[in-house]
Amino acid sequence: MTQLSAGEIRIALIGAAAVAAAAMLPVFDQGFYLTLSLNIVLFAALCTAWTLFSGPTHYISLATAAFFGLGTYSVALGIDVLPFPVLVAAGGAVAALLAGLVGAATLRISGVYFVIFTLGLAELIRQIVSWTQVKLGASMGLYVFTDFSEAHIYWMMLALTVAVFATGWLITRSRLGFALQIIGNDEQVARHCGIDTARLKIVLFMISGAFIGMAGAILAPRYSYVEPPAAFSPTVSFLVVIMALLGGTRRLWGPLVGVVPFTIVMEFVSARFPNDTPIVIGLAFLAIVFVLPDGVLGRLEQLRARLRRSRPASPAAVAAKEPA
Amino acid sequence: MEILVTGILLGGTYALIALGLTLQYGVARIMNLANGETLVAAGFIAFWLFTSYQVSPLWGLLVIAPVAFAVNWAIYVWLLRPLVDRAKNQGMLEVDSILATFGLLFLFQGLMLRSFGGAYVSYTFLAERFTIFGSPYGLNRVVAFLAAALIGASLWSFLYLTRRGTAVRAVAVNPHSSNLVGIDVAGTAALAFALGGALTACGGTLLSTFYTFNASMGVLFTIKALIIVIMGGVGDVRGAVLAALILGVAETSVASLVDPGLTLSATYALFILVLLFRPQGIFGRQQT
Amino acid sequence: MTAPALSIVGARKSFGGLVAVNDVSFEVEKGELFGLIGPNGSGKTTMLNLISGALEPDAGEIRLSGEPISGLPAHQIARRGVARTFQLVRVLPSMDAERNVMAGVVFGGRRLWGAEARDFARELLALVGLRGREQVPVAAMTYIDQKRVELARALGADPQVLLLDEWLAGLNPSELAIGIELIETLSRQGRTIVMVEHVMDAIRTLCGRCVVMSSGRKIKDGSVADVLSDPDVVQAYLGDDDDA
Repeated sequence: MTQLSAGEIRIALIGAAAVAAAAMLPVFDQGFYLTLSLNIVLFAALCTAWTLFSGPTHYISLATAAFFGLGTYSVALGIDVLPFPVLVAAGGAVAALLAGLVGAATLRISGVYFVIFTLGLAELIRQIVSWTQVKLGASMGLYVFTDFSEAHIYWMMLALTVAVFATGWLITRSRLGFALQIIGNDEQVARHCGIDTARLKIVLFMISGAFIGMAGAILAPRYSYVEPPAAFSPTVSFLVVIMALLGGTRRLWGPLVGVVPFTIVMEFVSARFPNDTPIVIGLAFLAIVFVLPDGVLGRLEQLRARLRRSRPASPAAVAAKEPA
Repeated sequence: MEILVTGILLGGTYALIALGLTLQYGVARIMNLANGETLVAAGFIAFWLFTSYQVSPLWGLLVIAPVAFAVNWAIYVWLLRPLVDRAKNQGMLEVDSILATFGLLFLFQGLMLRSFGGAYVSYTFLAERFTIFGSPYGLNRVVAFLAAALIGASLWSFLYLTRRGTAVRAVAVNPHSSNLVGIDVAGTAALAFALGGALTACGGTLLSTFYTFNASMGVLFTIKALIIVIMGGVGDVRGAVLAALILGVAETSVASLVDPGLTLSATYALFILVLLFRPQGIFGRQQT
Repeated sequence: MTAPALSIVGARKSFGGLVAVNDVSFEVEKGELFGLIGPNGSGKTTMLNLISGALEPDAGEIRLSGEPISGLPAHQIARRGVARTFQLVRVLPSMDAERNVMAGVVFGGRRLWGAEARDFARELLALVGLRGREQVPVAAMTYIDQKRVELARALGADPQVLLLDEWLAGLNPSELAIGIELIETLSRQGRTIVMVEHVMDAIRTLCGRCVVMSSGRKIKDGSVADVLSDPDVVQAYLGDDDDA
């Protein structure tokens, strides 16, 4: 369990090459493609962080917008006082704290309650933040002035995405990952083996929430003006669920398969048919349930398994394998 | 006192909406997250009937309820039953139905945005004063409460006094044994889902007589209804009514004593209390 | 005098109106192979669920080596040294035999990790007769082999008390002989075992003492020979159950 397998080394090399190539992008374009790529990298970070928790536990979290907004707000509130990296860490910490509280209240009970609770969470936090701002006599919005260009934000977001992947990989190799695999098989057996299933889910939800909060913090300088309705927009939560499930959550890199095409589609739809985004989101959910229940990746693996099974049966394949 | 009466008047309508959801979740075992959209759609139709044809919302119920019944029945039979049939266990069905009804939520929302736009809508119906215990209240709220009570009472008589109603309650307790004693479980589930949709639509129609709404508000009502259902205990009619009244009063108190912008916080505070202390519902027994 | 490995004092559990376990008390000494028998529906499995923490007793106390464990969550009871198998075998279907056993090894009493955990898991697989089959996916195994894997997983936790819930049920006669021998081996190694069982021959061969439950109550306890010849016990079996 300490040695790297050949397959893991190959994936690491491919990943490193892909990240290096992605990091070169701002050199070639600072306009439309950089903006689009930043969105893709943003959703890659969000969806992979979401999958860290929701993949093994099968809980559908809609708390993404709440964590993300808290991250953005941490930066907006502190930008004049504290250095940016501290604020990103603070954004992650605040989001993790919220995740811990939500998890402690809901994860011990049933999955439906968790979905319902997270469904309104972003709206709840938005109400509380707005109310506090009004009470304190501050204006509704906050200005975020930094020296960061879009390329800087892009690089930071790329680094965060790499960190999410690295964390996910470390988890699969740890006791935590093994425990999750057991819970995924049979939660009752897991408990009788001595696994504290409730605490484990909370810890995992906090890790996932922290990364989402950091993503929100990193993106904050992109909007020079932050106000509650935009920072806590619930749509983000739903987009993350769709993209992750479209790709497939059985593997860490599964969501990527959904992120890239769907970000491009959403970019197109919101530019051409801004009023019809709910319809697209609705159809995407129905497509996931009825057409791609295991995501694109699951469908591909199914196909491959079927091919492998049918191959020995076909005489041509058997003949080809025999030495001439 | 004023808060209490206003809260109870509001709670009456909430109860109807929550009864709809508790029928859908408790009997058909589908967590319908598009429930709020049914409500908003009913409100829009009532608005349209009233402003274009001067049809009173109370007469409008006679149109809206059957339409909602038919649409929800079709949704259950064509869209959700295949999921019920393919699910290997309760957990899978839960995830599938949540995702599918999310799809419906956004689809309906998008269609309503196309048809009615995103603006807030309200109309003036029975906006007269009505005095209870010396304080004035909107007559529309009082009428909505009475209508809700009437519909709730007819639901109760259906569930407790008729054969079909008894079948519905039996399936809520145990679908498997119901099947053994010769109840058509699949048919009863479809009936309950459709009936639930119709009740929610009635709630939406009544709510629209005194409430300002828009096309993207459905989710908030879904959350409220879900919290009422959980508070009352899933499938528990008595509990849902009591929980709806509690939520109505709690929201009205927060809105008038603290800040109208914090009503959702009141809802969530109740939710957390229930989750921590009585996750099985107010009247619920501990599950085995 | 040392405390018994397991003592149950006045345990009670009801589901709605049905009292599944009604004021049951008994003690299991260290190193003992103890039988828990009774007709179907007499509350044996509920009793095991109370001991292992799958259910919380309504009243009464359960002590492990003198320490009260009733009311603790299942994972804490497991960590203190209670391991169990399930009436209908429950393996982790997506994993191979070795990983299944490691689930017990990694999170149970010894909390091993890495190569140490794997070696211990292999040792246990060899003990239950599955040497050389470590990498076989459990989903592809026969029923008795899955039961062996489940037993090895429970042993992986290095338990103070091992609970077997009808571990011998569903085995054919030759498998049954192997199974009985295996349990005997485990007992000879000094382990404390409580077995719920329907197979009377196995109880006669293996157990020194046993408790008989009927309709949630303890009707008799003592040495197996005495208990099985008791008229009340015979009545309970013949009266309520026809497959004993």
